Amino acid sequence: MCVVCGCNSTGAPSGTAFQENPQTGDLHFGAGLARVSVPGMSQERAIKLEIDVLSANNAVAVANRAHFSSHGVVVYNLVSSPGSGKTTLLCATIEALKQRSPHAALAVIEGDQQTSNDADRIRATGAPAIQVNTGKGCHLDAPMVAEAFARLNMHAASHAHDHVQTKTDHGNHAHSHGHSHSHAHPDEHPHEHPNDHAPALLFIENVGNLVCPAIWDLGEKAKVTILSVTEGEDKPLKYPDMFAASSLMLLNKVDLLPYLRFDMVKCIDNARRVNPGIEILLISAQTGQGMDAWLDWILSARS
Amino acid sequence: MTVWQRGLIVHEVGLAGGVLRVVEEACERDPFERVSHLTLEVGVLSGVEVSSLRFALQAIVPGTCLAEAEIEIREPPATAWCLSCGRSVNIFSRLDLCPQCGAAQLEPTSGMELRVLDLRVI
Repeated sequence: MCVVCGCNSTGAPSGTAFQENPQTGDLHFGAGLARVSVPGMSQERAIKLEIDVLSANNAVAVANRAHFSSHGVVVYNLVSSPGSGKTTLLCATIEALKQRSPHAALAVIEGDQQTSNDADRIRATGAPAIQVNTGKGCHLDAPMVAEAFARLNMHAASHAHDHVQTKTDHGNHAHSHGHSHSHAHPDEHPHEHPNDHAPALLFIENVGNLVCPAIWDLGEKAKVTILSVTEGEDKPLKYPDMFAASSLMLLNKVDLLPYLRFDMVKCIDNARRVNPGIEILLISAQTGQGMDAWLDWILSARS
Repeated sequence: MTVWQRGLIVHEVGLAGGVLRVVEEACERDPFERVSHLTLEVGVLSGVEVSSLRFALQAIVPGTCLAEAEIEIREPPATAWCLSCGRSVNIFSRLDLCPQCGAAQLEPTSGMELRVLDLRVI
């Protein structure tokens, strides 16, 4: 809110430049937007605003956050430079989540300037994806995410609905949910039931860009920066805003370490220099190394 | 659950556009013809490149109430709390060391803002 005139970012109306008292003819110049009259500048006047440029986006981000929460959806914003392996990692993550938590509701919002290549790759895993093409734009913003989320129909698995029938789904007892779960099964293998604890996860794969996405809040629970070991250990120092804004740094492509002169200790130091609280995990989307720890982080309440 | 086949073409809502929007909303509340002077505050830790913002503004203002405006961009130093010596200090980047004790453990407390401060209008 502007401390001078009391206006707020939703644009509450305010008075005109001066007010006239109909009885006395007195003129009040202090009732206008700037609450001041500047002598000698009768043509020109001052308007004090002190408004955050990002207030429009942040208002939508706040609404997104509330919307996700009311649907029981946990949302992660994955950021990185182009080519770090985000999409491959996401596909591998979805496959691993299907094994660990078969009744989890999963979806992806994909951001790229052009093409639906990434969304197509995600859909091939069986998870729904919405591609957002930004055209000339270099980042996703909160209104884009709001539009995409509205088309995903996501909600926590505790609501009565049909869940994703994947190839790994247990065979003969397709059943609807929203009923009590203390029934016996004809084939008595242990498996997870949809209940209040089955997670609903939305991954937002942002446009490949280590600069702008740091500024634009989407309403996510946390930002995860994916850095591949081929990018060099000084990346956190070169792009400090992004690493400072992230809760987790995922060091990807660690299967390539034997072929690189990558200084792991220095990279971790650099990340902690710009963000002392950042968590760090090593992972390889290709080999699956570190996948369990990554899933633990995704699914943990405190992350 | 069905899978969606959908591509979404959306407009870019950039920072320059955000500035213009703030100004246009001010004009709706308290109408004026044009802006003669615009003051922006870009915190040094905001992640915004000032020359890029100025360039973007120059590109989008023709035909708007900002078309002839003089644009002033202030970049006040950021403040940070030094976890090592326990003082509030001025810094100019996230990589700065504490100017008092030289430590690297700094927690920024201001300097991340991007604001439209004021307008002079006709």
